[in-house]
Parts: sequence; structure tokens; C-alpha cells
Amino acid sequence: MGIKLKALTKSLWVYHLSTGSCNNCDIEILDCLTPRFDLERFGIVLVGSPRHADALLVTGNMTIKSMERAKEVYEQMPKPGVVIAIGTCALNHGVFSGSYVMPKTVDEVLPVDIYIPGCPPKPEGIIAGVAKLLALVKEKA
Amino acid sequence: MEHVFNYLIFPGFLFTAFAGILASWIDRKVTARVQWRVGPPFLQPLYDIVKLLGKETVIPRACSRFTFLLSPVFGLAAVTAVSTIVWKTMLWQNRGFAGDLIVVVYLLMIPSIALIVGGFASKNPIASLGASREMKLMLADELPFLIAVMVPVVQSNGAIKLDQLIAYQHTHGMVVGSISGVLALIVVIITTQAKLTLVPFDIPEAETEIMGGLEVEYSGTPLAIIKLTRMMMLFTLPMFLVLLFWGGVSFQGWSILWSILKYVFFLVLIVLIRNTNPRLRIDQAVKFLWGPVTFIGIAAVVLALMGK
Repeated sequence: MGIKLKALTKSLWVYHLSTGSCNNCDIEILDCLTPRFDLERFGIVLVGSPRHADALLVTGNMTIKSMERAKEVYEQMPKPGVVIAIGTCALNHGVFSGSYVMPKTVDEVLPVDIYIPGCPPKPEGIIAGVAKLLALVKEKA
Repeated sequence: MEHVFNYLIFPGFLFTAFAGILASWIDRKVTARVQWRVGPPFLQPLYDIVKLLGKETVIPRACSRFTFLLSPVFGLAAVTAVSTIVWKTMLWQNRGFAGDLIVVVYLLMIPSIALIVGGFASKNPIASLGASREMKLMLADELPFLIAVMVPVVQSNGAIKLDQLIAYQHTHGMVVGSISGVLALIVVIITTQAKLTLVPFDIPEAETEIMGGLEVEYSGTPLAIIKLTRMMMLFTLPMFLVLLFWGGVSFQGWSILWSILKYVFFLVLIVLIRNTNPRLRIDQAVKFLWGPVTFIGIAAVVLALMGK
């Protein structure tokens, strides 16, 4: 494994992108950064600008209005970077499936690397998902 | 040749960079312990820098390319020069030049100026907002900083050479041992907080408010340089304070340990102030720094002139 990739897996800066969620998944993401779970142990930090990010945490239904914006934010993220879809809505719209304001799921708009189901997923679930993603990246390299 | 070695390797760039990475880890670990967390592993800041160096550099279409990419390098060069001058004076006798105290004070301003130029060059409204705040903050903190730096100069009868200041403190006791020294040190620690743009003076960055401010458009290698400059400032500025107020460091026998403790004391003090204060608004910061802080600084200079 190259030193660049190793550094990337050790210091993942995440940007938090809500594409029309009910705010529950977002609260659970913020819970991951509280002292109880403390994701900084693994070098994971929440950053305020997509230009600093290595991972996009996408929550929500991907409404028509947010499709363009989500693409733009993804293009602003410097590569290499990963996309993590969090919550049932981001996976298959959940109870909102069939609605006319959300024709596409997140993975039809962005190249999603890992899905974390749950409504909302527990912080433990999010951490387990990210750990699996990092293991996958290490395996591929 | 010797100067090139000093500037690039020891005690210049390479040494300061590693010391800065260590200082940054201490900063993050202490912060984590204050917040009752475990905190990042030992090599975390190094991983951050290496990762940023390996990432793509996005350059906004509207920005001025040359200025945008070059200004972080100027900041890095300036902080390296400060560290080289300060350490050469502390390690070897008679290596300074007349007026190097003034040169150091000026060079310490350049990282902020470089960030301001870079922020304006990126043409991002948020970065411009951050840059204008940084400019106001710089105007506010330079005045009390300069006044407080005058106290050691006054006490040592007008020495503006760093090794004269050290020599004076070796013979007459350290500056912080007097009343004027203590007052000046309080002023300098507050302005250090502003110079490093840490809470309560992190108004130009304000992550929760303007999303990183000045550096919002930076990514990849330039961002790594900015972060590294910050870390090196976190090492250099407290070291400069140790030199000015606490008699510098020495490397003979047990005094190595004492020297390291002096630096760590300043660092932990800065980190604790950072963790126990809320962010000020820019007008409050200017009022605070030009009001009570400057007043204490002037009082310290007057006391020093009276020989206390």
C-alpha cells in the first residue's frame, strides 16, 4: 500500500451533505463526533468546506432541487475521495419511495462507495460502516 | 553553505516542521482530554500533512492563480526564518545581528499577511470576509504585542539584539521575575492567542460560522503548507516568548528537561485558554485588545522604566 493511501485511511476528513433529509441522520452523524464515540481517535474530523474533504457523508432523499447541488459539491471535492450514503432515504427513499419530487436515489447521482442503512443508523453503525470502507480500500490497494 | 544548512535542516525548516507537528499533537491531545475524549494518535498531524500533499489541488477558475498558490509559501518561508534566527541565538553565542529582535517581530506578521493575500486572491466571498477580519485582528493585536515586547528591551537598557537579551537575563535574572515582566507576559500571551488565531480570537476562521474563512478555497498541497505554517507558528511563537521573558533554553545536562518544560508550559497554557473560552466578535476583540490589554502593556512599560 502506498504511503499516500495509508495517510488517507488514517486521516479521513468528512464533509456533511444533506440532500433533503429529515435531520435525524445528521444528528446521528454529529453524535459520532461527541466525546462518547470520539471519531478523532481514527483521525476523522468534520470540515466546513468540500475543498478540504476526503469523504462526503450524504444523507437524505436527493430531491430534484438538490441533485445539481450535490453534483457540484462532489466535483468540488479534491480526488481521491469517497462518498458514503447514510440512512434508508439515501439508499432507496424509504417511506418516500414513489414520490414525484425525488426521481433518483443518491447512487444514481453520485458514485457511492458504501451504504449505511438505518432510520436513522446508530453512531455505532456509522462507525462500523466507515471501518468496513477503510478495510475495503486497504484490500484493493 | 552553513546558512543554507541552518535554514533548511537544523534549526530551520525540517527541525521546526517536526517540532511543530509534535506541538500540534500536544495541542489536539490536550484539547481532547479537556473535552473528556481520547484524542488522536501520536502521528496524526503527520498523517494529515502527508495526506494533503497527496491530494488533488483544485484551483478556482476566477482566482488569481499565481498569488493564490504562492502566498502560502511566503508564510512558510517567514516562519522558518523566525525559527532559524531564534534558535541560532539560543544554541550558539554571538550568532545574531544588530536589531534581530525587530526583524523577528516583523517576520512574525508575514504569515498572517500571506494568508490575507491568499484569501483575497481566491475570490471567494467567505474567504474575503475572513481576510478582512484577519486584517482587523492583526491591526488590533500588533499594538499591544509591540508594547509588551518593549518591556524586556527597556529592562535590559535598550538591547535590541536577541543574544544581549539572553545575556542580560543570565546575569540579572529573568524578565518575568519582575512586576513589569509579569504584566507584559500576560499581554503577550493574550496577543499570542490572537496571532495564532486560536479561540477566543479565531474570528477569521470561525469554522462554525464562515467555514474555515481564509482557507476555504485551498485544497491539496497549498492547504498542507498552510496547516504546516500554523503548526510551526505554534512551535516558534511560544519559543520566542521563552527567549524574551524566561531566559531562553540551554542544552547542558539537566537543563534540557527544564527548557522543554518551559516551552510545554506556554503551549499548554495557550491550549487551555483556547479550550475554556468562547469566540469573540471582531468588534469585541478590537475593543478588548486596544482597551484593557494595551493599557496593561503601557503600565508594564512605565513600571519597567521605573525599574520595577
